[in-house]
Amino acid sequence: MSDTKKIQNAPHKAADAHAVDFGAYVRRCFYIFIAILAAVSLMIWISYLPGAQYSWMFKVSFILLVAACNAFLVAGYLMHLISEKKMIYTLLAFTVFFFIGLFGLTVWAMHDFPSGTVMH
Amino acid sequence: MDIPYTVEARPDTGIYNAKVGIWLFLASEVMLFGGLFSAYVLLRVGADQGYWPHGWLDVRLGTANTIILALSAITTLLAWAACKVGDFKKFKLFHACTLLLALCFLGIKSYEYHDKWIHYELKLSDGTFADGHLVEKSSDFDLAKKTGTFTIHGRIVNDETLLYDLRSQKDIQLKEITLNASDIVSMENYGPWHNTYLALYFTMTGLHALHIIGGSIVIGFLWGPGSKMWKTDRERYTNRIEVSGLFWHFVDLVWIFLFPVLYLT
Amino acid sequence: MDANVNQFPPYREAEAHGHHGHDDHDHGHEHHEPSFWHRYVFSSDHKIIGIQYGFTALCFMLFGFFLMLLMRWQIAHPSQPVPLGLGWILEKLLGNPAAGGIISPELYNSFGAMHGTIMVFLAIVPLAFAAFGNYVVPLMIGAPDMAFPRVNMASYQAYFLGGTVMFVSFFIPGGAAQAGWTSYSPLATSVPTHGQLFWILGMVLLINSSLLGAVNFIATIIQLRAPGMTWMRMPFFVWAQFVTAFLLLLAFPPLEAASVMQLMDNVAHTSFFLPTGLATGGNLAHISGGGSPLLWQHLFWFLGHPEVYVLILPAMGIVCEIIACNSRRPIWGYKSLVYSVLLIGFLSFIVWAHHMYLTGMGTKISEFFQATTMIISIPSVIILTCLFISLWGGSIRINTPMLFALAFLPMFGIGGLTGLPLGFNASDLYLHDTYYVIAHFHYVVAPGTIFGLFAGIYFWYPKMTGRKMNEFWGSVHFWTSLIFMNLVFMPMFVQGMKGMLRRMADGGANYSAAHVPGAIDALPAYTMELHQWILVAAVCLGIAQIPFIINIFWSMKHGEKAGDNPWEATTIDWQTPTPPPHGNFTKPVQVYRGPYEYSVPGHATDFTPQNEPEVVTTVPSHAH
Repeated sequence: MSDTKKIQNAPHKAADAHAVDFGAYVRRCFYIFIAILAAVSLMIWISYLPGAQYSWMFKVSFILLVAACNAFLVAGYLMHLISEKKMIYTLLAFTVFFFIGLFGLTVWAMHDFPSGTVMH
Repeated sequence: MDIPYTVEARPDTGIYNAKVGIWLFLASEVMLFGGLFSAYVLLRVGADQGYWPHGWLDVRLGTANTIILALSAITTLLAWAACKVGDFKKFKLFHACTLLLALCFLGIKSYEYHDKWIHYELKLSDGTFADGHLVEKSSDFDLAKKTGTFTIHGRIVNDETLLYDLRSQKDIQLKEITLNASDIVSMENYGPWHNTYLALYFTMTGLHALHIIGGSIVIGFLWGPGSKMWKTDRERYTNRIEVSGLFWHFVDLVWIFLFPVLYLT
Repeated sequence: MDANVNQFPPYREAEAHGHHGHDDHDHGHEHHEPSFWHRYVFSSDHKIIGIQYGFTALCFMLFGFFLMLLMRWQIAHPSQPVPLGLGWILEKLLGNPAAGGIISPELYNSFGAMHGTIMVFLAIVPLAFAAFGNYVVPLMIGAPDMAFPRVNMASYQAYFLGGTVMFVSFFIPGGAAQAGWTSYSPLATSVPTHGQLFWILGMVLLINSSLLGAVNFIATIIQLRAPGMTWMRMPFFVWAQFVTAFLLLLAFPPLEAASVMQLMDNVAHTSFFLPTGLATGGNLAHISGGGSPLLWQHLFWFLGHPEVYVLILPAMGIVCEIIACNSRRPIWGYKSLVYSVLLIGFLSFIVWAHHMYLTGMGTKISEFFQATTMIISIPSVIILTCLFISLWGGSIRINTPMLFALAFLPMFGIGGLTGLPLGFNASDLYLHDTYYVIAHFHYVVAPGTIFGLFAGIYFWYPKMTGRKMNEFWGSVHFWTSLIFMNLVFMPMFVQGMKGMLRRMADGGANYSAAHVPGAIDALPAYTMELHQWILVAAVCLGIAQIPFIINIFWSMKHGEKAGDNPWEATTIDWQTPTPPPHGNFTKPVQVYRGPYEYSVPGHATDFTPQNEPEVVTTVPSHAH
């Protein structure tokens, strides 16, 4: 979904960069913005696909997938997570694991009943 | 006494203190909004068939807000980059844009909240349901005393589930309807008490808006009174801009998920 | 010999910049003394903040203890006025709920809810994590202060504010929260008073305080370790605080989210946790419905379980330090300890629903949580085993800290082992919500954690004040506390196994054989009689704390003077002046060895501090 632009990362080393480099940086940011817009448009388009042909499940999964790619763009490039140190990654990896645990286990718990349970 | 690695990166980790701090804080924020999103999933999945709203939120306004926030994320990053290359004027310009965009976001959000506030669902004495936006209510309108009239711009339906899934209905006709208080059994506006979807909507976007306000205050402070540090300790100031920028990007990240979950599904 | 100035962290040159934050008092070119307020009240020095946390937490612990005593009276003598004038005081302070000096059921419920809340969130966590952590951790890793001193001050202030809100809630009309420390919905929303609202607001403040503290601890431990202080040279106490900080950081926010939602339920009449068809007082509630009470339970216990590890891990760390120092030998299995504590931290996030076995969960999910719960007991046992084995072959010194540390081991052992029947789904079906649970968790926290914390107070007191606490009264405090703690909680296992349930304001009288003769499995007379003994033991336990309180204040002026390292410990917190100055260390810190170099063969002394550059060796002795 997100256009795979080869976007170079934030110029950490460019502490003394010239105006020219800054202009190039602005252009890269503009490309990222376009990619975000594209992702948002895609999500909206999917949500308006006719419900008769496309199941709700399919639409929601796809929309969330696009949202995840959008998030990756923001996190990876705007927060320069892509070039971040390993320590930050490890911390976030644990966070993601516990996040999934919170979601997955609670949803599983709500759906696992002893047989014969009557739901109103 | 000075705390080491406030500005320089520590050699083995490669990061300065505040950056470690903000990423830790953002991890906790992920879990905070994660708690809310998991509440959404649970309540959505457990809801009665046909009674979960679809299409209650204006996608155009939501899209506008998404674009505004995405743009503000870009300007935030560019503000930091401007600091890095030593261009104070550009930094000021970009962060002024960030703050303006934040204001626009909050403005649109307020409009959306107001729109819900004046949107009423009324149960009528003949068993039908009236639903629409308040146009006018007479000065003597009193539901308990059954006096006065209540005018809405909306429609009357027989089946309450028709009020929930708006996306699947084509060409909904709305007109101005005046109701007598004596015909109204009960009424409620589309506040968080109206149903779980709205409760989640107001709570999640409300908490998100609080984060926008908080982030704006911090960025506003750094833009204004706090910018004195540009002259005295440029590197430390740039780090502050980076750290506050990371928070702002996170707030944008949350919206990237809030928008589809609340507006598009 | 300052051979390592080059490795000294690159402090920013103070002279190059004109402005800093307000914590820049001690530079050479500025000599103004901070005011009393700045130094002791609005301080950003981690040591002052640590003491502030400690003092406030101990006050709350005492308050929570009094609440418990009142509850035990009510349980032993239902509907009788509290004696010794206390009933009269209660009535004057609280009005109608304590009419005639009798604790009404509503009042009993608020005492119960607030005893739990205060003990867990206002006493133990601030003392174990914030107080000891703030004071000791920067010293132990060779840092001048925490990474974010002003955030540290803010986190204490948020805690203080949260505590004030909780305390004040007793005096509002309707009184404090009544729905248990777990604040389950829909009860929490149905109680027609504002106590729950205050509880939620207090919780939000406390959670934010803990989050700020957690960020500070982790950043400090990662970034501010002195040169040479590698991860595997850190004292185990620091590892324990590190994992505890992570538990607070990642587990508290879902509870904060849930608290916000319960606040909305309370104030904005939403139905996050209120199901369709809810009726209160016989009338259908005026709500939209569609909510889930189980959602609250999941979000609460997602914090609730890591929270209990927050309660125990710092105490384990303290006990480890004291055992190492007073056995004069290295800790056995340092690596195992480190990996175990990391494993506990990780697993604690996926065991929470063992608190929810009776909510109607199916067998598969119950089995999952049962399995993870059983697995998490393994690293706990490993830690305890390593501490036990660390005594083997040691040259044991008995002093007050060591007494408490040694007692911690079997007491925590009892607490931990009695948790196993609760971890198994099948046995928990019978034991859930009985006094067995109360006995289990009090054993882990009271003769467990609190003994560890007492040990820590006696141990680090000389570093804070320059004097030791009185040894004789320390022993008195120890033996009396140990005996009476066991007398209070051991009978509760019996009561629980006989089926006595929790949170009953009449002490189970309505379910007793005396009240319903001939009923099957009614509570037998001896179970009810135990209430009297528990009450006596609890009062004696309270009296046993008096020497401790007096000791703390008396020893400040009259205690035996101690040097900088009275316990002859190896960790760097003892290699500072007493009390440590602002900035902690008078010369740059360089770490050369691990934290437990006691009785190393060939060394002249039986301990070698971590930052000691040269080791004085003895001439090799002849073979025995």
